[in-house]
Amino acid sequence: MPITTQEKRTIKGTKKQVGFFVTCLVDFLRPSVGFNCLKILETQGFEIVVPLTQSCCGQPAYNSGDKNLAKTIALQIVDSFNQCDYIVVPSGSCAAMMRKHYTSLAKHSSTQYELFSAFAKKIYEFTDFLYHFCNYQHPPSCANETSVKHIIFHDSCSSLRELGIKDSPRKLLQKLPHVSLVENSDPESCCGFGGVFCVKFSDISAKMSQEKATHILNSKASCLTSTDLGCLINIAGTLRKKGENLEIRHIAEILANDKTSPSI
Amino acid sequence: MLLINKIPKHNFHSRAYTALKDTHLQQALNKTKHNFINKRKKAISHIPAFDSLRDEAVNIKNHTLDHLGLYLELYEENVIKSGGHVHWAQDSQEACNIIHNICRQYNAKNITKGKSIVSEEIELNNFLDDKGYNVTETDLGEYIIQLRKEKPSHIIAPAVHLTQEQIKQAFRFHHHNNSEAPVYNTASDLLSEARKVLRQKFLHADVGITGANFLIAQTGSSVIVTNEGNGDLTQILPKTHIVIASIEKIVPTIADVSLLLRILAPSATGQETSVYTTFSTGVKKPTDLEGPSNYHVVLLDNGRSHLLDHPDKEVLRCIRCGACMNHCPVYHAIGGHAYNSTYPGPIGAALSPHLFGLKNMYQLPFASSFCGRCEEVCPVRIPLPKIMRHARQKAYASNLLSFKENFLLSLWGYIVKYHFLYRITSYVSIKCLRLISRQKGYVQWLPFFGTYFSHKYLVAPTQDSFITQYKRQQKNI
Repeated sequence: MPITTQEKRTIKGTKKQVGFFVTCLVDFLRPSVGFNCLKILETQGFEIVVPLTQSCCGQPAYNSGDKNLAKTIALQIVDSFNQCDYIVVPSGSCAAMMRKHYTSLAKHSSTQYELFSAFAKKIYEFTDFLYHFCNYQHPPSCANETSVKHIIFHDSCSSLRELGIKDSPRKLLQKLPHVSLVENSDPESCCGFGGVFCVKFSDISAKMSQEKATHILNSKASCLTSTDLGCLINIAGTLRKKGENLEIRHIAEILANDKTSPSI
Repeated sequence: MLLINKIPKHNFHSRAYTALKDTHLQQALNKTKHNFINKRKKAISHIPAFDSLRDEAVNIKNHTLDHLGLYLELYEENVIKSGGHVHWAQDSQEACNIIHNICRQYNAKNITKGKSIVSEEIELNNFLDDKGYNVTETDLGEYIIQLRKEKPSHIIAPAVHLTQEQIKQAFRFHHHNNSEAPVYNTASDLLSEARKVLRQKFLHADVGITGANFLIAQTGSSVIVTNEGNGDLTQILPKTHIVIASIEKIVPTIADVSLLLRILAPSATGQETSVYTTFSTGVKKPTDLEGPSNYHVVLLDNGRSHLLDHPDKEVLRCIRCGACMNHCPVYHAIGGHAYNSTYPGPIGAALSPHLFGLKNMYQLPFASSFCGRCEEVCPVRIPLPKIMRHARQKAYASNLLSFKENFLLSLWGYIVKYHFLYRITSYVSIKCLRLISRQKGYVQWLPFFGTYFSHKYLVAPTQDSFITQYKRQQKNI
């Protein structure tokens, strides 16, 4: 569900309230990603809201087959963000769950369906929002960078195939003067994360992750980034076990040129 | 004999584990994976209208499925008109019995077979062997796995799981009494030997059995798409040709088939078109040079008609190209046998629970990271992840998940539903994980993670949660 031209037309040039959906992985494992997102969004003149009642988007329940639980969680999320004009999510996976899948939790044309469908229209993945609706400029601190950073961008399956995001994050990274993008030799294959999949089918997932890790290491990049923390912690877990210490960061940290937070 | 065949059928986890440890299999899979992907990519880059052809194909298949009864009747009428017979089989047993009766009617003894996955679905070879027929598979891949007493591991490349070394062994054993003498240097030596053996089988066959890629209602024809020519020899040389096909193979007209053929070979093998595309219509006519005197079609339902008014109906659009498994990272990791279904890969995970029972097959739709590449490459745009997710929902509702899975899911659900509880749990677990990780930044063991930690570490939190810190900041403002 890529962003449509109509959407692009309606959002530009207005001061709107933007809700920030932290995602449970960012909340729990890398809060710095969230703060960097806020830092960047604040420079764009939006009024940012972070509802404190938010938790998870419900995807683990949805993918495990518990549709009722997923729906209960989805309704809570919709309620938490009801005053927002747009909701920005630093994860293609959670954004796809809310933008593409929430509507399937209710019967077609029911009141709940309409509710989910109106909510879905407000959901944007962070880099897609930043690229299409904002005027992102690299932070001034980038000017002090003396060496070129060779970054490999990993396409998360949800960003790439469910939201049609391919160019936005790359175009944003290219705005950074000290960044040079390196391409993956097998960019469209899954890293083996898949949420519960990587625990439930850990042996299969490991095979996928190891292949991904090999491609990344072969690229000779000095830093790995992505729109999704899930993929990054999965690849990081694989690389760290192998003793590799490649720098791994969520794209928000790179775009904010945050060097104080530790690599994943 | 593959190790995998010794594992209980429905234990997907153990089968997958064995597959991952099978060095021959891994070698074979690594070799073919990129081959399939690159060939398809190259082929479709030469067809600018590929995506609109896909849309048209979807329309054709949807229309046909909406009027399947009508087209099946029209097909039957036209088969009869061209001198053939149509038999209707509700399930595997009935289909096997029908074929046995036809063979008995013509006093057949020797049977040749073209590659037919539907015949694998009904386990026809075992059945005919038991009845005392000499059955020979004539597709090279099928022939190899018949020698090795295996099932196909892929719907278009049945022996894709084997290395050349394993094939040499099988040929040495069956063609040369296991003597060490003959040496095969190249793949084409193996091919020549198979051709020599099979030539005799073709000439002495009483009955030829083929599948069908398509059945045309307008003309009563069956269409096969092959690369080796064995299908043609199977259906032309013997006196009797039996076609075994499932009901969703029906397509209204020749024009429709022409369109579907344009997307089939590029999606499957990356060819513009397959080497042979053969249309068979009824019995040999006086003006024909060759052809069978008897032409029978066995139409198999085996659970498909139940799908016609089911939300997962779209799975019946499948034209069996294999693109979904060729692009599936899970299939690449474990191959086809681990699925323990005639249909492996994403289409297998979506279709098998419907055909062979959810209880036997419920693990397949869970074995997916939902990367969505299958749906992306499917020429008839089957929403495979969606259908797999439906199966997961059904498995959950039917209580097929293990006690541990159910317990963890409910516990997690309970915590997430009450945000106060969620905050406390997250606060406590962050403290614990930071303690266990001992500032290393990652955790090396946790309960309920199974074999996860034998392959990976888990990144640990390094500070308080986002929400905790955010609240603190807001207070200070």
